[in-house]
Amino acid sequence: MTRIVELRQGILKKNDELARGLRERYGAAGVLVLNLVSSPGTGKTAFLERTLRELRAGGARAAALVGDLETDNDARRLAASGAPVRQINTHGICHLDAEMIDRHLIGWEGVELGGLDYLFIENVGNLVCPSSYDLGEKIRVALLSVTEGEDKPLKYPTLFNSADAAVITKIDIAEPCGFDRATALGNIQEIRPGIRIFETSAKTGAGMAEWLEYLSEARGQKEL
Amino acid sequence: MHELSIVSSIVDTVTESLAAYPGARVQEVRLRIGALASVVVDSLEFCWGIAIEGTALEGSRLVVTTVPVVMHCAACDADVELDGVQSFRCPRCGEPSSDLRQGRELEIDSIEIDDEIATETAGVKA
Repeated sequence: MTRIVELRQGILKKNDELARGLRERYGAAGVLVLNLVSSPGTGKTAFLERTLRELRAGGARAAALVGDLETDNDARRLAASGAPVRQINTHGICHLDAEMIDRHLIGWEGVELGGLDYLFIENVGNLVCPSSYDLGEKIRVALLSVTEGEDKPLKYPTLFNSADAAVITKIDIAEPCGFDRATALGNIQEIRPGIRIFETSAKTGAGMAEWLEYLSEARGQKEL
Repeated sequence: MHELSIVSSIVDTVTESLAAYPGARVQEVRLRIGALASVVVDSLEFCWGIAIEGTALEGSRLVVTTVPVVMHCAACDADVELDGVQSFRCPRCGEPSSDLRQGRELEIDSIEIDDEIATETAGVKA
């Protein structure tokens, strides 16, 4: 006989459950975890490199997990900041998932979650797939460079709508790129009303002070 | 293009749920996909045939219901449905809102199974 079986289950239930467990662990360890998402070439690595360097100069303990399909080039670049960095190679998979994070937190030499103030997860360069996968992060950051179209938030609403903060990178070359600042900011706000937007340059350091202040405030919040 | 990963998760979940219905064949799998879920239904269907080959789901249909985005408008004190995902403003009063109540769903709603074989087998055993 034919029958209907109600399942009512999340398709990514396993990832969501694992992410919930990670979030609890981050909270118990008192580490602020951020998931950085953008297209390839936005400048996530340069932005993160500068962030790690400035945090460390200020005495904060910060580390990074960095996702790419192949190579450990980004991990080597980031390690120059002096912060502990671990590369995650997805070998063709277009996003990081909670299981990959969980697996790379194990046996990370010299790194204990409880010994960190900040953990950054640099996702695979992709504006579509990472939006479906919760990594247990407290803050999801969507990055957009001035060399990309101002309408990117409209083209990729899922990611921008699920972000907690937005970062515009390469602001030092905004003018020669003909970057329309008002339109870009307007489009981000249209997709994610009320979001905090940071206009930064990893090269000149513009906007970094405001970004670091935001990180420090976010870490200080009790519900961490 | 994470549709193949998504389809594989569906096949795993449905297969697990079949443990309670030994020998049953799946005829239909019904999904609820939010308009903001970033999943391309055509790609899901394309991957479906490949992913179900050699499983208890082989030959089954995939039926997708798209769930529109619903946000809460504080000004109207109401949950309002959006026409698209290009602007998160209340269609009634124009106020922006980030308070989403619906539209990110990525769910298996139900499955339709044929467990005639299972019943017959049970009958023979008895």
